[in-house]
Amino acid sequence: MTTLPADFADLEPFADWGMPTERARYAKRLSSTMDELQAFYDAVFPRMEAAASYLEQFDLNDMPEDAKHLLWLYCALVTVSFPVEVWRQPKVPDSGSTSLDAVAEPAV
Amino acid sequence: MPHFTKPPEGSWTEHYGLGTGPISYEDSISPAHYEVERDAIFRRTWLNVGRVEQLPRKGSYFTKELDAARTSVVVVRDSNDEVRAFYNICRHRGNKLVWNDFPGEETSGVCRQFTCKYHGWRYDLQGECRFVQQEDEFFALDKADYGLVTVRADVWEGFIFVNLDPNAPPLQEYMGELGAGLAGYPFHKMTQVHRYRSEVRSNWKLYIDAFTEFYHAPVLHAKQAVADESRKLQNVGYEALAYKVDGPHGMVSSWGGMSPPKDLNMVKPIERVLRSGLFGPWDVPDIGLDELPPGLNPERHPAWGLDSFLFFPNFMVLIWKTNWVLTYHYWPTSYNTHIFEGTCYFVPPKNARERLAQEMAVVTFKEYGLQDSNTLEATQTMLESRVVTEFPLNDQEILLRLLHKTAHRYVDEYQGRNPESPVRVSAVS
Repeated sequence: MTTLPADFADLEPFADWGMPTERARYAKRLSSTMDELQAFYDAVFPRMEAAASYLEQFDLNDMPEDAKHLLWLYCALVTVSFPVEVWRQPKVPDSGSTSLDAVAEPAV
Repeated sequence: MPHFTKPPEGSWTEHYGLGTGPISYEDSISPAHYEVERDAIFRRTWLNVGRVEQLPRKGSYFTKELDAARTSVVVVRDSNDEVRAFYNICRHRGNKLVWNDFPGEETSGVCRQFTCKYHGWRYDLQGECRFVQQEDEFFALDKADYGLVTVRADVWEGFIFVNLDPNAPPLQEYMGELGAGLAGYPFHKMTQVHRYRSEVRSNWKLYIDAFTEFYHAPVLHAKQAVADESRKLQNVGYEALAYKVDGPHGMVSSWGGMSPPKDLNMVKPIERVLRSGLFGPWDVPDIGLDELPPGLNPERHPAWGLDSFLFFPNFMVLIWKTNWVLTYHYWPTSYNTHIFEGTCYFVPPKNARERLAQEMAVVTFKEYGLQDSNTLEATQTMLESRVVTEFPLNDQEILLRLLHKTAHRYVDEYQGRNPESPVRVSAVS
């Protein structure tokens, strides 16, 4: 079963990153290795401009499910970009056991 | 060599007469002092508990736990469209009136009346008692005498405040010049909300300290930026454009050249594609302001990036040049713990590209916040060792002096009126 728009079928192996909440995306980042984060980033980053252009055609309040999934996948890339581009570790340096949890966020 | 002009006295701190000596942090590590703060501050000042958008229609309500003030309140839009607040207590036998599953957790919803879970007493949206289960069993009980206990509530620029002190000055007066200077800012257009919450193991004032100075930013957050940029920021350090103090409240006006940056190599690859980062989305939404309200960018400086306002005791508003808003709340739960809330408000995105740019700003805020929170725990534990008891503050830390002095003044004034405190005596009569 495919979950992403046909134009982005090449990203299907990473579709499980496309989760609707920041809390879930962040939890997946913390439970991943740097190799896994790097692989996701390397596959998805080059298609970001194409994805943004594709997604722009939809009304945010009336998006097809596969487009929503693609949007969440790129929200996950935002989450993953910090360790990959800067810190080289899944958690921000010097943050120990601290948590800062999303308690309200937009539906899409 | 200062980059930005200071007042004629040579410093902001001296300009506002806040003293230049080292300060004690005993006010942040003493359980007895905190017990007085609860009554002297949190039961005496206007506390922001939400926004009017959280009460979209008649009967919309939310509860707010005010542990520091030893109570819980219900805030509701009544049948006349007025915002009201009540103590969250049933008049029959004192049960908490509005809660779901867990009595200590906040809740929200829409209702026609409030019904107590315990014995089914009902109250209308104006707080009048409308129904008493088996009313005939009571002894000459008149429902008119058993309405909910009102808490003063008022609205400033769409932000809902409550005050447990019936004698406190009105909200508009309390917000003073800094509040008046923001009148007309279109907060109501920023309805896209991301809210974060953290239980922090430090005194509430320590987190406000961290967020009212940017002296720490180039150092604590050095690992957030690309390496060259990080080194440059540390060499330059931090200087504010201006500080303003009015009564218990203060603000810091800051530069912000990062949205968009002058040189794209200053920022991370994803920021270049999404055109967004710490300072918010670079493509700025129209919010219909021809000119900023007088209280924003008070110096009218071309390098302006954001203003941070601290409305005493625990409400901060950050307004960014890029037309979004961040609020911080610090809700004490003990002398060395508190709940931090950070809320990002944006103009609703027109499309997915704007949505992703907002996500970038929100997640960046979160990553910075995680570093700030963790540092507070490290500070709290060592302050409690009392190995060192006096600490120097520089001119860029002026708002810390203001906060600690103001909090102390409230405590001193309260103790002057109530010589018995901090010993709280349980009432027996």
